[in-house]
Amino acid sequence: MAHPAGPYLGKDLLGLEELSAEQITAILDTAEPFKEISERPIKKVPVLRGKTIVNAFFENSTRTRISFEFAEKRLSADTVNFSASGSSVSKGETLVDTAKNLEAMRIDMVVIRHGASGSARFLAERIDSNVVNAGDGRHEHPTQGLLDLLTIRDHFRRIAGLKVCITGDILHSRVARSNLWGLRKLGAEVAVCGPRTLLPRDVEEMGVTVFRRIEDAIEWADVLNVLRLQLERMQGGFVPSLREYNRVFGVTRARLDRAGRDILILHPGPMNRGVEIDSDVADGPHSVILQQVTNGVAIRMAVLYLLAGGAPERAEAAKTGGGE
Amino acid sequence: MADPQRKTMMTAATVEQTLARMAGEIVEQAAGAESLVLVGIHRRGVHLATWLAGSIQGSHPDLGIATGTLDITLYRDDLMTVGPRPVVGPTRLPTGGIDGRLVVIVDDVLYTGRTVRAALDELADFGRPRRTLLCVLVDRGGRELPIQPDIVGEMIPAPPGGRVEVLVPEIDGNLGVVLVGGSAD
Amino acid sequence: MRPVLIRGGRVIDPSQRMDATLDLLLHGGAVVEIGERLDAPEGAEVFDAAGLVVCPGLIDVHVHLREPGGEHKETIASGARAAAAGGFTAVVAMPNTSPPIDNPASVGFVRSEGMRAGGARVYPTGAITVGQKGEQLAEIGEMFAAGAVAVTDDGRPVMNAGVMRLALEYVQTFDIPVAVHEEDLALSRGGSMNEGVIASRLGLTGIPNAAEDVMIARDLMLAELTGGRLHVQHVSTRGGVELIRAAKARGIRVSAEATPHHFALTDQAVERYGTQAKMNPPLRSEADRAAVVEGVRDGTLDVIATDHAPHHYDEKEQAFEDAPNGIIGLETALGLALTELVGRGVIDLPTLVERMSCAPARALSLPGGTLRLGSPADVTVFHPDEEWTVDPAKSLSLSRNTPFRGWKLRGRPVRTLVEGRTVWAAERP
Repeated sequence: MAHPAGPYLGKDLLGLEELSAEQITAILDTAEPFKEISERPIKKVPVLRGKTIVNAFFENSTRTRISFEFAEKRLSADTVNFSASGSSVSKGETLVDTAKNLEAMRIDMVVIRHGASGSARFLAERIDSNVVNAGDGRHEHPTQGLLDLLTIRDHFRRIAGLKVCITGDILHSRVARSNLWGLRKLGAEVAVCGPRTLLPRDVEEMGVTVFRRIEDAIEWADVLNVLRLQLERMQGGFVPSLREYNRVFGVTRARLDRAGRDILILHPGPMNRGVEIDSDVADGPHSVILQQVTNGVAIRMAVLYLLAGGAPERAEAAKTGGGE
Repeated sequence: MADPQRKTMMTAATVEQTLARMAGEIVEQAAGAESLVLVGIHRRGVHLATWLAGSIQGSHPDLGIATGTLDITLYRDDLMTVGPRPVVGPTRLPTGGIDGRLVVIVDDVLYTGRTVRAALDELADFGRPRRTLLCVLVDRGGRELPIQPDIVGEMIPAPPGGRVEVLVPEIDGNLGVVLVGGSAD
Repeated sequence: MRPVLIRGGRVIDPSQRMDATLDLLLHGGAVVEIGERLDAPEGAEVFDAAGLVVCPGLIDVHVHLREPGGEHKETIASGARAAAAGGFTAVVAMPNTSPPIDNPASVGFVRSEGMRAGGARVYPTGAITVGQKGEQLAEIGEMFAAGAVAVTDDGRPVMNAGVMRLALEYVQTFDIPVAVHEEDLALSRGGSMNEGVIASRLGLTGIPNAAEDVMIARDLMLAELTGGRLHVQHVSTRGGVELIRAAKARGIRVSAEATPHHFALTDQAVERYGTQAKMNPPLRSEADRAAVVEGVRDGTLDVIATDHAPHHYDEKEQAFEDAPNGIIGLETALGLALTELVGRGVIDLPTLVERMSCAPARALSLPGGTLRLGSPADVTVFHPDEEWTVDPAKSLSLSRNTPFRGWKLRGRPVRTLVEGRTVWAAERP
């Protein structure tokens, strides 16, 4: 076998900080064949037939939920969507009660999106079902980090040695954290660039370089992962105005041209065109933003598939009765 | 020193003769068809299918031969017992698909029949062949499903503890069939 | 009531510079005799304290007893019993109940419930401002008359410096301190743990040291300006310790607390203990922890206080940001201080008694903190180094929220006497 067999992910996928480079690579490799399934006339394989998955979205996120739902349906799982509005959560039910209720209905997996950092782990520690973190507060969004890694690897055929700069609101971004851990574990150099008001305290201690000026970041980087500037940050006073943000930190055609070489552009979406990224960059030849969306489904299929499997230590015993 | 646990059942020469005969049988069974799709099951079935396709094309240049590969991992019925495999191989079928065509599933060893069951399920998701044939180099017995091959290279009954291994040059460096473990005597 | 003769213990009373093996006779609610080989009066209970420390009763000037409004977390009665079990003969109840204690009737309620409890003495405090809103001074004089020993808006800062100035001036009529929770809310921004790399990694909003430091600096200046008595609660930062040290050197009237959790834990505990390590001010960095320890050693932080903050188990069963602040501390404080401070050679036993009995009594002008003849017979007897394991299930508090579950500590209370009456005694083998 070219890749190590073993307990690939454990029970849950909560973040990339706790995964090894081997585990991350195994997920990316598993995603490769899953890409092709979405190209088939019948975009469905029976691997999770009979599995029940609940998409528990305590925060709105249409695109992440849809991506997970596609992944689940293409693996033939039965899915139930659960969102904060119209659920018992809005009636004051606690997360732990929600967890116990889901468990009592004998579901196999929960995909959770929640506004509180650490909520995915909180849930995972209290139920036996597999838990996939689809974004917890400002902590992690591991499948987004993985799909970004896959997209970068598709383009460069490697991650190690690449220079990747994450730009924008690092402070409030779970995407930034998942990217940072995943990229570093796979050997990339990671930098961040944004107004100091939007960088976490002691971010350098997380092993990243900080660029004060976007021009310096562009000069340095092979890849820019441009984060969305959430508009509510303006009300928080973190930046004075969107116009100023674009002038000082926007990823613009002119700034990229000055670098004089090709830089791969990622954006986790949804974009604020003309704020953190200009349209001609987002739609330009080096943008892989739509490929990120495509890869998102494959990555989520891979994660669900790897989590759904039985205990690998039983694999040897079962092989003799297997079909080969 | 020979490994007492490994016994050669077919030499490279025998395998080649057998494959040549099987190629003939495929053409025979396909009488009247204008084209054939040979689909190898990942991994060694793929190489056998390629060999067979080359052989048939050589003797019948006017017959349209296409090849494909099937990875049945996602169609297995035992994910929960054996656990997931991190690397799932590619499934590639010829452009033009398999609808209305004669499809020959090629695998190295036929044992319980579960792999073939999975392969049939997977093929059904890609289309509706006019007819599907099953072609295996070795039938070792031990079926757990009502599945029988149409073309068989060799019957090699193997004891329950034993394993029949087909070796192909692309993966194993040489061609042959060995019995590992158990005793065929 | 029967006289009690505590025989052969190591009597430590820093108020009299006393540290010797002596007998202590309590009668009529007061200390009546200290000496060698005292005769037991007729009918006296004789308690053999050989190998144990006998000291003026420990006083915790910072506890949350949750009554009224939070009786599922703690009541005045359960808190007073838990205090006695922790070796405390007196506690000072914070007024941030629901509704807050901001009027004389509420102060009287806490005082009378405390008297009925039959555990440690319970002293009430009153809010500085009406509803603890930080806007208008509460009836401080009326609350003082009803028994409040200090005013505080604990749990919240008084953000308006002008209001704080008025409070520090106004309390001087009654000679009580203003006790302050120091947090600039504009800097803490609703944060839930210490600002630093751990918060950054966990994706939690951090509370910077500066949120505490700027308020300590402000209030020290206001204390200097007004001459009012300032008591700084739960100091957690190096900067705070340094500011208070400098203020004391300048003669500003300030006392200050160190909590056991701030001298025993850092923000790394958040990863290990989750919401059981969530409190405000938060657990800080190692440099801050070391500064708090040093503050206790040199007396800058003259008072050890628990900030006992009980919460029902399901309130801590939430995501970190959603869980309430605080941990229980009454029954682990002495063990933690003996283990982390005395056991590590930071302070000696007389200094420990000073920080947990004498200084708290002085800071809030409470009776006690001494075994002088004629003073109230509030006495704590403790084993200085017996090993035990923290088991929250055995706590007399109604709550169990502590990060110290399973910790092995050395030193624990053996008997607690209030007015010569045993209010708690350890089960002895």
